[in-house]
Amino acid sequence: MTASVVIVGSSVAGVRTAQALRRGAYEGRIVLLGAESELPYDKPPLSKQFLAGEWPAERVALLSAEAAEQARIELQLGVAADHLDVAERQVVMANGKRIGYDVVVLATGSQARPSPWVAESGLHVLRTIADSQALAADLARDGPVVVVGGGFIGAEVAATARSLGREVTIVDPLEVPVGRLLGREVGSMFVDLHHRNRVATHFGTGVKSVEGRAGQLTVRLTDGQTLTAATVVVGIGALPNDSWLASSGLLVDDGVVCDEYCRAVNAPEVFAVGDVARWMHLGYGESCRVEHWTNAVDQAACVAHNVFHPEALRAYRPVEYVWSDQYDWKIQIVGRPTRATSHCLIGDLGRPSARAAGKPRAVALYKDDSAQFTAAAIVNWPKALVTARRLLAVGSSFDDALSQLEQLAGPRMEPIS
Amino acid sequence: MAVVKADFETCQGYANCVMAAPEVYDIDDEGTVVLLKEEITDEERAKVDEAVNSCPVSALSVEDA
Ligand SMILES: Cc1cc2nc3c(=O)[nH]c(=O)nc-3n(C[C@H](O)[C@H](O)[C@H](O)COP(=O)(O)OP(=O)(O)OC[C@H]3O[C@@H](n4cnc5c(N)ncnc54)[C@H](O)[C@@H]3O)c2cc1C
Ligand code: SF4
Repeated sequence: MTASVVIVGSSVAGVRTAQALRRGAYEGRIVLLGAESELPYDKPPLSKQFLAGEWPAERVALLSAEAAEQARIELQLGVAADHLDVAERQVVMANGKRIGYDVVVLATGSQARPSPWVAESGLHVLRTIADSQALAADLARDGPVVVVGGGFIGAEVAATARSLGREVTIVDPLEVPVGRLLGREVGSMFVDLHHRNRVATHFGTGVKSVEGRAGQLTVRLTDGQTLTAATVVVGIGALPNDSWLASSGLLVDDGVVCDEYCRAVNAPEVFAVGDVARWMHLGYGESCRVEHWTNAVDQAACVAHNVFHPEALRAYRPVEYVWSDQYDWKIQIVGRPTRATSHCLIGDLGRPSARAAGKPRAVALYKDDSAQFTAAAIVNWPKALVTARRLLAVGSSFDDALSQLEQLAGPRMEPIS
Repeated sequence: MAVVKADFETCQGYANCVMAAPEVYDIDDEGTVVLLKEEITDEERAKVDEAVNSCPVSALSVEDA
């Protein structure tokens, strides 16, 4: 019998694990530990609605103090865990306090990859609510914004800054930043999207240095050009928060290494969930770590089940899903496009007027060498999203997926491959 | 027996709910959630709870009737 579960990390993976345990009628003790002193909050709006000032802080809350009390989730916030004593089954906090457990769930997520450049002020990364508030304060002042990193977070920040009326330039060493994920053809539509929204790009160019202070920053590029900026945002990826586990003896290798049930290898009473978990995905036949919101939620449900039902363990093998909102595009990616070798596009994103009523919409379908449907990238097309997610979940062939989505598109949307 | 509700203004069309409980939720062409039924049985409750929890903007709720 598991008398107490300690969850380390109080963001979406940790909170949803605690809630799923209670929903599954687990009656034992649940302690939720978090390094930040804020009540648990959610991250996706921090580069979107919250950063734009459209949503107040209440709308990013994940768990109120009352809801925690009602669900008998003991919150201990504001102190980081420093060490995991696997033999004694104790979490050791930074203040020396030891908290015993029968099962521990590691949900410490990830952090923004730190900026390799240092300026006096005005240089931001974006991960926490405090980061988002600090950035919002700088974006409120007029002056050009330079975003380093053309991935999703960088693109979202660029779109938000643009919506606030700022002049924005994005810099990325890759010529087609999203191309690495979605292929060059689809990736270049994302480049056009920036241009259509009057955001300048310096792609294929790195940053050499950032100097100065807020309002007066100088960004030197590797091609010799110099940009001036009031605010610089560095969005160059994330790193798992696993260094506090280096002393634990657990196997840590770009995340906590787990089996297919999300249990740490060699320590079955230790689970990992969310951004920090590297588990064996049986569908892929290799270990993977996913830094997306829906993965944290789905994995939390699976981990909660496995904590409570060790006699009926469930393997975690999700269809990956991530969304991103950029300008007037709602982008969703299902499956893993990087596993694909070719793709086919239905609809058209190049011409904004491609669809008579409203925004352009399209879906790119990806296949691997064995003609299996492996992923889809969808823009502004909810029905296509639902269809693609269902087809991926049942392991559809590429041809079946293509014909179903063509049918959905109707006669006016011919595929262009 | 329980009753499901959706805040159609808040919904952003992420379709997580449709994946969790396709018998209860669908999505329309404009990307807004559609309730296929309002009352759910006890057997459906677990899936609906999962759907409610998987909505990124907390647009869904379920109440005991
Ligand atoms: C700005 C932004 C926008 C995003 N937008 C999207 C999006 O549109 N779509 C999408 O799918 N995903 C998005 N994501 C990713 C998504 O938010 C993450 O995948 C998700 O937050 C992962 O949840 P998590 O709980 O595993 O980790 P985290 O959210 O990183 O939370 C980890 C928690 O653990 C705490 N912690 C860390 N170390 C310790 C320690 N030693 N002791 C105690 N506590 C500790 C941290 O303080 C934090 O509260 C976005 C992320 C960011 C930052
Ligand atoms: S999960 Fe939430 S946002 Fe997405 S379609 Fe369902 S109700 Fe709407």
